[in-house]
Parts: sequence; structure tokens; C-alpha cells
Amino acid sequence: MNLIESIKMALKSIRNNKLRSFLTMLGIIIGVASVITLVGVGQGSSKSVTDEIGSLGTNLLTLSVTDTDSVQLEEDDLGRFEELNTIAEVAPIVSGRVLAKYGENSAQVSITGTTSSYLSVRGLSLSQGRFLSDMDDELRQKVVVLGADTADTLFPRANPLDESVKINGVSYKVVGVLQSIGSSLGSSGDSVIIAPLSTTQRLIQDTTIGTVYLNAENSDSVNFAKLQVQGVMTTLFPNMSDAYSISSQEDLMETMSSVSDTMTLMLGGIASISLLVGGIGVMNIMLVSVSERTKEIGIRKAIGAKRKSILLQFLIEAVVLSMIGGLIGILLGYGVSKGLEVFASMTISYSLNVALFSFLFSCAIGIIFGVFPANKASKLDPILALRQE
Amino acid sequence: MTQPVIEIKNLTKTYELGGETIHALEDVSLHINDGDFISIIGPSGSGKSTFMNMIGCLDKPDSGEYLIEGKNVAKMNDNELATIRNVKIGFIFQNFNLLNKLTALENVELPLIYRGLSAKDRKEKALSCLKLVGLEDRWGHLPTQLSGGQQQRVAIARALAGDPTVLLADEPTGALDSKTSNDVLQLLKQLNEKGHIIVLITHDLEVAKQAKRIVRIHDGQLYENGGDWFEPNRIYQDGLKEYQKQ
Repeated sequence: MNLIESIKMALKSIRNNKLRSFLTMLGIIIGVASVITLVGVGQGSSKSVTDEIGSLGTNLLTLSVTDTDSVQLEEDDLGRFEELNTIAEVAPIVSGRVLAKYGENSAQVSITGTTSSYLSVRGLSLSQGRFLSDMDDELRQKVVVLGADTADTLFPRANPLDESVKINGVSYKVVGVLQSIGSSLGSSGDSVIIAPLSTTQRLIQDTTIGTVYLNAENSDSVNFAKLQVQGVMTTLFPNMSDAYSISSQEDLMETMSSVSDTMTLMLGGIASISLLVGGIGVMNIMLVSVSERTKEIGIRKAIGAKRKSILLQFLIEAVVLSMIGGLIGILLGYGVSKGLEVFASMTISYSLNVALFSFLFSCAIGIIFGVFPANKASKLDPILALRQE
Repeated sequence: MTQPVIEIKNLTKTYELGGETIHALEDVSLHINDGDFISIIGPSGSGKSTFMNMIGCLDKPDSGEYLIEGKNVAKMNDNELATIRNVKIGFIFQNFNLLNKLTALENVELPLIYRGLSAKDRKEKALSCLKLVGLEDRWGHLPTQLSGGQQQRVAIARALAGDPTVLLADEPTGALDSKTSNDVLQLLKQLNEKGHIIVLITHDLEVAKQAKRIVRIHDGQLYENGGDWFEPNRIYQDGLKEYQKQ
């Protein structure tokens, strides 16, 4: 008896027991679908995180001061970063939270005190007006640039340009509005007010520069620039390396993607367990099927079926069930993923490898869990099997 | 004398049942020759079924020899036994034992599938066998859509499909009324005239009498000529009584 004949026989038996076959497959279907969906969600979020970080620019270095008491960066110190040949631009940040008001509208927003280079260092663009200039900083002008959300909240109907907003009770003139950049890593980039560094320091009564964004000349020199910045910091603040950190976007990307890779692995692992449980379901039903079809096995043996033929028949039935279940599971998995993408606006990554892996895994499960029942069937004594009703 | 097709020499089989050792067959010898139509008669519990399982190569003897066309079955492994069942033996059962989910044609094709024939050859052969039993227009019916007599004829067609040396019929008329029983027996007679060896196992003397040769099994012993010389009247009575006891 050849393989095609066995497969035909298996398909026939599956067709003859449609409901039971479907219930058997259900475990595999759910298992494969959840592997595909969960791994897709995991990889999708990993991809969206790295994309987001990448969109911030790969030239970016971030110097963040964690202990502002021991490391106090002065504006003069920043000049030393600018002198480095690998650094193109430097944007120091002073930040705090303020209450902004325009007429009856008010909003609690974060204020970013910075210099003119901030715009290009962070890769932002304006929707209207102009950005801060060096003159604004030097002359401590009371001018602000609004983030997209802040502008919408304070000026729901009016054009904010050249209007005055009251920040902590003091009037500031709006000179520009930023284009929306969306929320990134949980914090909105649009609910901000950007003001000159000197003005902000006075406004929030804090001169501490907590963060400095540095733009390397090009993406190749980022790592060298990082070392150079490290060097400058060591000269300025010897033995204080615990009080600040310098990170490139690449570092951030690596950290984030290792986090989400772990998550993906975990989700995939959990889903694989459900696939395994589905396999045990196949085994259970096949065992029931063997005892239900004892008579049939007896008849087949009496008319000359070898042990191998019976073994193959039941094994192939289990494998075909698992394979069909796997295929349906792949379709369902993609369906659910698509649904999540459309209705829950999640980023899902579709990977052929995962589909292929889970399909092969379900076939393997069919073989592994089919062997035991098939072996049991093939060992039945034809005399006893024939006697059974 | 030509070599007998089936040669059974001093066959013994015992088995344990509830701690008791039962001597199902004791020192049984039998020759079956080409063209034979032999019926084996005996009441239930006589070892008849065990003997049938032996002839049908479903079971192996404890001692003694069973040669089918000169080959010793007692020394074969499971696979070789399966091949013998497939090629040399055609089974006809009391309760037909057709696979209910397969059509008549597919049932008849079954032994040929295990023999590895191509789909086309299989269908041709199976159809010709169905024609032989007069059911060629019923090939697409499921067993449940056929009458008992028709089912038994499908079973006979299945047994014939493999061109076996021996047709082994175990109470083929046991589940049929007398008219269809007669039809089936006539069919078996015709097959015998065409050259098939037929071994008919029954407890019913009327059925057994249709055969050319009758042997009787009683308490694990085998007697030629239906044991006529032994106790002629008891053959029928025994069988009937035992049958009614069931």
C-alpha cells in the first residue's frame, strides 16, 4: 500500500467524521493561530519601537545628567562639546512643567528651554512661524514655540501666531508652532512649549541643564563622538561617571529591541505550549478512534493489512489532521492579526518564517502524538478485534 | 498423489481462560486438496473457531505443522501471515464484516489496496468480482443500503477479489434467512465448480451437507466424514441444541 492511498484513506475517514475531526483540529488551530498572532504582535511592537527610535535620527547622542547636584553643566561647558570635530550641533535642555493659559483655555505642559539648534538636532519641523533664534536666548526674549497639541488646546479656533500666552502668569509671545510628531515611547512630543534656554531658566527658577542633545557629523562617527564626549565629561567632572550617561540611539535601540525580543520569545513560548496541548488533544481523539474502530482494524488485518499498513493509516490520519489544523490556524492567525492591526491599530509584523515554523511544528506534533495511537492500532490482535462489535 | 493445498499435521493449540487451560485443538490433522468443497461442522466450544483462525492464518499453532501450498505457516512472522491472508485466503464472515463507511466497490477493492495494485486495475478487478456475484449495478451503494444477502455477496466478492487459493467461509449463512442462505450456498457451489477451494464452517448439518466433504470437530478432535461412523444422529442434534443454548 503506497502513501497516496494512505492519504486518500485518511482524508476519507476525516470527511466521514467531520465534527470530531474539527474538534480534534481545534487545539492545533488555536495553537498555530496564537503562535502567529502573538509572535506577530511581539515582533511588530519591536519593529515599531526601533522604527520610532530610528526616526529620531541615528546621529543623535544624548547626554543625560542623573545626579544634578554633583554634575552641574554650565553654558560655557557646552562650548567644549561644540569644539569637538565630530559634533555638529549641541542643544542643551532645561525642562520643567508649567501652566500655560490663553484666555479661558489652559494646559499643564512641559516646557523645554533650549537653543536654536534644538530644531535640527531633534529633526523637528515647524508648521508655521519661526523657531527660536540665538538672539532670543541672548536677549532673554519672552517668546515660545508651541507643540502641536499645546497649540490645539490653547487656541482651538484661533491662529496662535503672534498671540500672547500666559505661562505661570507671565505673557509670552508665540512665534511658531511645531508639526505634530506623535507620541513616542509613551510620552507625547506634542504637548510641549519650547522657550529660549535663558528665559526658561528664569521662569522655572532652575539653571540645571539636565540633558544635552548632541548631533554627530554623520552616523559613522557616532561612536567616536560618544567617546569624545565621554572624554570631555571626564575632564570636566573627574570620577563622576556614575552621575551622567551618554547614549547613542543605537544603544537605546539595542536595549529596546532586546526587551521586545524577550517578550516575543515569551509570547511565542506560551503559544507553543497551547500548540503542544493541542497535540495531546489529537492523541486523545486518535486513541478513542482506535478503540472505536477496533472492528475495522480487525477486518483490515483479516484481509491482509500488514502492521505497517495499519500504523501508516492511523499515523497519516493524525498528521493530516494536524496539517489541516495547521493550515486553518495560519489563516486564522493572519485573520486575527489583520483584525488587531485594523481595529486595535497595533503594529503586527507578518513573518513567513513563523508561519512555516508553526506549520512544521504542528506536523511534527501530529507525528509525535500520532505514533502512540497508531502503534496501538497496529498491534491489535485480529481475532480479538474481529470478535468485538 | 498430488500434494494437498493445505496440509495440517498434528496441530495443537491451547489457551488460558480464567486460569483454566483449554485444549482448543488436540493433535488435529487434515488435508485439503485442489477443488475441494469441505465443510467443518461442530457445536460451539468444539474448537471450530480456533481451527478456522488457524486455517485463516489469524493465529499460530502451539505445535504441529500447517503447510499451505507447501509453506509452513507456523514459522511465519506477522508480516508474512498478513501476506498469506491477503493472497491465499479469502474470508467470508457470518456478519459480513464489511466496512460501513465504504461503498460496495471500495470494500471489494480493499484487499487489492493492501496488495499494492494501481487504482485502475483495482477498479476493474473489483467490478468483475461484483459482476460475478450479480451486484455490478450496486457498486456505489453503502453496505447499509444493501440487504443482508446482498451484503454477504459483496463480502464474497471481496474474498474473491484477491484470487485466493482458499475461500474460508465462517457461518456464511448464519445471519441470513433460508432463501438467501440457499442463494449464497448456490453461489459458493458455483465458485467451487469454477475451481475455488471452499472451506465452510458451520454448526448446521443442512448447510454442511451442501459440501462434497464433511469433517466434524468435537472437543478439539477432528473426525473425517462428519463422524458418520462415530455417532451419525448426534451431529445434527448436538449442533441444534448448542445453537439454541446460545
